[in-house]
Amino acid sequence: MLSALGYGSVIAALLGAALMAGFGYRAGLSRNGNEFSATIARRAAYFCFFAMCAGMVTMEIALLTRDFSVDYVSRVGSIETPNYYTAISLWSSLDGSILFWGWILAGYAALFAFTRRREISAHVSAGANVESPRGGLVPGLKTTPLVIAVIGTTGLFFFGMLAGPANPFGLVSPAPLNGPGPNPLLQNHPLMGLHPPMLYFGFVGMVVPFAFAIAGLLQGNVEARWLRDSRRWMVGAWAFLTMGIIGGGWWSYEVLGWGGAWAWDPVENASFLPWLTATAFLHSAMVQERRGMLKTWNLSLMIGTYLLTLFGTFLTRSGVIDSVHAFTEGVIGPLFLGFIAFITLGSLALIGWRSNRLHAPGQIESAVSRESAFILNNLLFVGFTFTVLLGTMFPLVIEALQNEKISVGAPYFDMVASPIGLALLFLMGVGPALPWRHASMDQIKRSFKWPVLMGVAAAAAVMAFGMRQFLPILTVSFAAFAMTTIVEEFAKGIDARRRIADRSFFGALSDLFVRNGQRYGGYVVHVGVIVVALAISVSWTWKSEREATLRVGERVAVEDYEVEFVEVWGRQEAQRFVIGATFNTYRDGRFLGEEQPRLNIYNNSEAPIATPAVRSSLTSDLYLTLITFDSENQEHATVRAIVNPGIIWLWIGGMIMGLGALVAIWPRGKSRLRAASEEMISDVATPQPKPAFEPILEPAFVTDEADVT
Amino acid sequence: MKKNRLWMIAGLVAIAGAITLLAAGGLSENMVFFLTPTELQAKGSEIYGAPMRLGGQVKPESVDYDVESGHLKFVMIEDAVEIAVESTGAPPAMFRDGIGVVVEGTYGEDHVFRSTNVMVKHSNEYAPPAEGEEAKETYKSLLESS
Repeated sequence: MLSALGYGSVIAALLGAALMAGFGYRAGLSRNGNEFSATIARRAAYFCFFAMCAGMVTMEIALLTRDFSVDYVSRVGSIETPNYYTAISLWSSLDGSILFWGWILAGYAALFAFTRRREISAHVSAGANVESPRGGLVPGLKTTPLVIAVIGTTGLFFFGMLAGPANPFGLVSPAPLNGPGPNPLLQNHPLMGLHPPMLYFGFVGMVVPFAFAIAGLLQGNVEARWLRDSRRWMVGAWAFLTMGIIGGGWWSYEVLGWGGAWAWDPVENASFLPWLTATAFLHSAMVQERRGMLKTWNLSLMIGTYLLTLFGTFLTRSGVIDSVHAFTEGVIGPLFLGFIAFITLGSLALIGWRSNRLHAPGQIESAVSRESAFILNNLLFVGFTFTVLLGTMFPLVIEALQNEKISVGAPYFDMVASPIGLALLFLMGVGPALPWRHASMDQIKRSFKWPVLMGVAAAAAVMAFGMRQFLPILTVSFAAFAMTTIVEEFAKGIDARRRIADRSFFGALSDLFVRNGQRYGGYVVHVGVIVVALAISVSWTWKSEREATLRVGERVAVEDYEVEFVEVWGRQEAQRFVIGATFNTYRDGRFLGEEQPRLNIYNNSEAPIATPAVRSSLTSDLYLTLITFDSENQEHATVRAIVNPGIIWLWIGGMIMGLGALVAIWPRGKSRLRAASEEMISDVATPQPKPAFEPILEPAFVTDEADVT
Repeated sequence: MKKNRLWMIAGLVAIAGAITLLAAGGLSENMVFFLTPTELQAKGSEIYGAPMRLGGQVKPESVDYDVESGHLKFVMIEDAVEIAVESTGAPPAMFRDGIGVVVEGTYGEDHVFRSTNVMVKHSNEYAPPAEGEEAKETYKSLLESS
């Protein structure tokens, strides 16, 4: 029953995607717009989302009622698995995660259609692009149906997979009485319910900017409004991706037991690659906004980011990492590669076809200017992407060509990431302080006096504290440099608001966020990055680790912590057998509490999954892993004790980054919305009775108060 | 203006070149071979000192672990090829005769593999163990034996 219901939902979603694509292209590519088709395309997006919701709910019911006649449940479910892990096992295996992907995709389509619901009826009948009194074209008249059409096209691929080779709803007959349960690593920690959805929201969300890119190319119009809209969607997806990556690091820290958060594992790299190109775009888009340059480059970054999300999914889901030859065994791998090739070639063809419309009116006037800082930033981000991609792919290439198994170790990635990351951190302090177009020597002296002083002072301070390694000192110094620039930017902005609008300090501060959230939200993100960079360098420099075999009552000391072995014990839980060791922990001689690192042994795994015990504080974490124990008479146990200073700031910094992104896309006051949409309407040839809904609530051309000073 | 542009392009090219050099150099220094004992022997002397991972089985009754000093010695076997492995630190919990292990380290002229990390092999694509060889049972028996 559930099997048929679920499959029916997938087929309905496939139909919805076909309608989105068909009618969306029809409305978007017609000469004068087509309101009827545009409306159908929009409603198809809602329909598609409802169908996928039905599919998701069906799968969750099947999982939670342990209906083993449903193929997916028979492979990842088990009676013993607790309900929480059963519910989230939706994304613990290939076809379930594609179902989840499809649901989010349909959700984005519906959300997009919803935010544009008034606009379609208001604008489509107005026809093709209209000359604005301000000069240039009023974009977006037919963008909406085209964006829906492109999202629908990608939907055809994903829902098609669900209907065919990756169908999770297959009927198993006779139904088994029990299943193996999800992959042990994925049911070992509650955080598993958090970071994969974040990553998926980020990954799938990149489809909207991609659809904007294709829509812009089809229309031959990538002007101001198109840019603002697509960037807004990009910031949203980027925020999810950021939280997903940081959350993934946190999960790996809490679960994998080696005491770190990031190992440059291919799976981690797969999530990092699109983040790098998306971040590059968020910066280079500003150059296009202000100077009209880099159009082709920005389009390429939007398309490239989407391609990297597809590639990352292919990499982690096709088995190609374990062996190059593994992916040809299934249908999914080749299908994914085919889809990636289709998107790449199609996009290249479109860019080539439209190249005459993508010429830049302006050019770089001076090497010392905001725009050249952004260009350098982009070069570094893309170079970073290239080096990570190279290290990730190299083993596959070697295996394919020479049939030799190699791996590229974390030292390679550390070696390339450190200088590039440091350069980016430095640039973060330079870019915001430089004016557009050209900087005079006088301006440079004024802007950088304090940042440079603070950078030097910070370096001296940490050296006095005993930091001796070159790279961490540089990191701290650059962080102080960049932080001072941000503080100065805020000070300038607040000062200007107080003078112009006669506001209090906090009133002026909130004005900055409300009036120019994109810019000041961006600075908040920068603060988060600085916190992350400091957390990495401090935890790296002062991490200390000891492995000790302790008898009952014996203690081992690591830094200011002491660990005392109490006992080893075993306990049967519903889905696993747990062996744990109890340790008393002390800091500076003061009793902190008991900690119990464990080994969890699942029914379906050969090796135990070690679960570390982590005692966090704002200054440092004590991280205990049970390595082994005396199985004969439980008299001793071997524990690895790691003291990780400041690592908690990695997660805090990540949250600050997410918060900054939220500030940047937060919808602003109603009155401004009204004003903006009325202005839009008056630009359009035929006035409409209803105001067009405009999701972007900033005025079209942001006046940059801080630049006035 | 022209000159300015030229300088900028030169600068960008220089940075791109530096990144490429960094990547190429880093790659060649940090390639880690993944070998089996048979492949290791076939490589001969060229492999001495190179970082690698070696995967095989723990030869039954070859494990010698000294709790006091923390020295671990065992023999890794694959078909009939044997490699002596030395490591410091306690072996991982599941480590026992006959189990598949992966060791990281280098192989020296003295024909001893010096390992910095001993891992019990388990792949991401797990397969449920066959009847009667469930890890859980092994473990329970470990704790109950006393």
